[in-house]
Amino acid sequence: MKVRIGVVVFPGSNRDIDAINALQLAGAEPVRLWHEQSSLDGVAGVLLPGGFAYGDYIRAGVIARFSPVMGSIASFAADGGLVLGICNGFQVLAEAGLVPGALLRNRGLRFVCRQVAIVPERLDSPFTSLVGERRALRMPIAHGEGRYYADDATLDAVERDGQVLFRYAALDGTPSRDPSDPANPNGSLRGIAGVANAAGNVAGLMPHPETAVESVLGSDDGLLVIRSFVESARERAGGGARVEAAVAGAR
Amino acid sequence: MTSYRFAVNVTPKPGILDPQGRAVEGSLGHLGIDGVSEVRVGRRVELTVEAADEGAARAVVERLASELLSNPLIEAYAVEVLGAASSTLSAEAVR
Repeated sequence: MKVRIGVVVFPGSNRDIDAINALQLAGAEPVRLWHEQSSLDGVAGVLLPGGFAYGDYIRAGVIARFSPVMGSIASFAADGGLVLGICNGFQVLAEAGLVPGALLRNRGLRFVCRQVAIVPERLDSPFTSLVGERRALRMPIAHGEGRYYADDATLDAVERDGQVLFRYAALDGTPSRDPSDPANPNGSLRGIAGVANAAGNVAGLMPHPETAVESVLGSDDGLLVIRSFVESARERAGGGARVEAAVAGAR
Repeated sequence: MTSYRFAVNVTPKPGILDPQGRAVEGSLGHLGIDGVSEVRVGRRVELTVEAADEGAARAVVERLASELLSNPLIEAYAVEVLGAASSTLSAEAVR
């Protein structure tokens, strides 16, 4: 039995198809969740894909934050459910206060669409558990508002509490901490590319692991992140030995 | 019920890098202007609220401004009362 993962679709989402493809490659059964529904259809995890929900009007992610599905996602997250926001999904989670900080206009003012490298700061999170080693992961970014910002006290807290999941990095895996470092594509403070909530079950990142899932696309490093998420959701769903056996059988 | 017209001015908080403001500053030389600094680019929203009195109308605007129109982590807002004038008229008055 495949683990069911919800993919939220807002008006203006455009990476939902990539997310569905990546989840299928990771062995999950994707379930579309329309923004106007408040039921999560019993999914074991939720993925908020990239795009331009509600045209990014006012601020990226803020109008989506008030949609019915987000109320249910907040409750799901409060109960320990796994939630992963990618790009615009990260912006929605930040606006909803489900992850700390905010995403501002890129330092260089330009929309940046290119391959970058990020390095996982933790290998024991539900979103990085299968990455295996602390090395550069290559995947694309495509955003105009991705500059991670939080005040100094919040930055110190997220660093201290292990909530920084990914940092922009050089190809050799050296993390970039300075906003003006060439490896930092948008001026993110302390080079933060991905961050989790205090409980560790909600995460957002600006790069797109779901579009780096096959080597023909330039990198399949992103699949490690998607598979980590799917496997962690499967474990948390508590399907027990029967599911585990079915998974082993499927392999 | 009475109609009240408001403007909400949203600006980046002090200390937050505002690349749009920087870009405006960078263009000043092309206009032959000097002596201008600390440009901050924000957003202005004008709206009409139907309410029993101005206090009630203002409470609605404050909620909208703090929850939707601004993000308290990065932006400050100020509410301005425009009275009953339409936005076009008030824009004329500003000029």
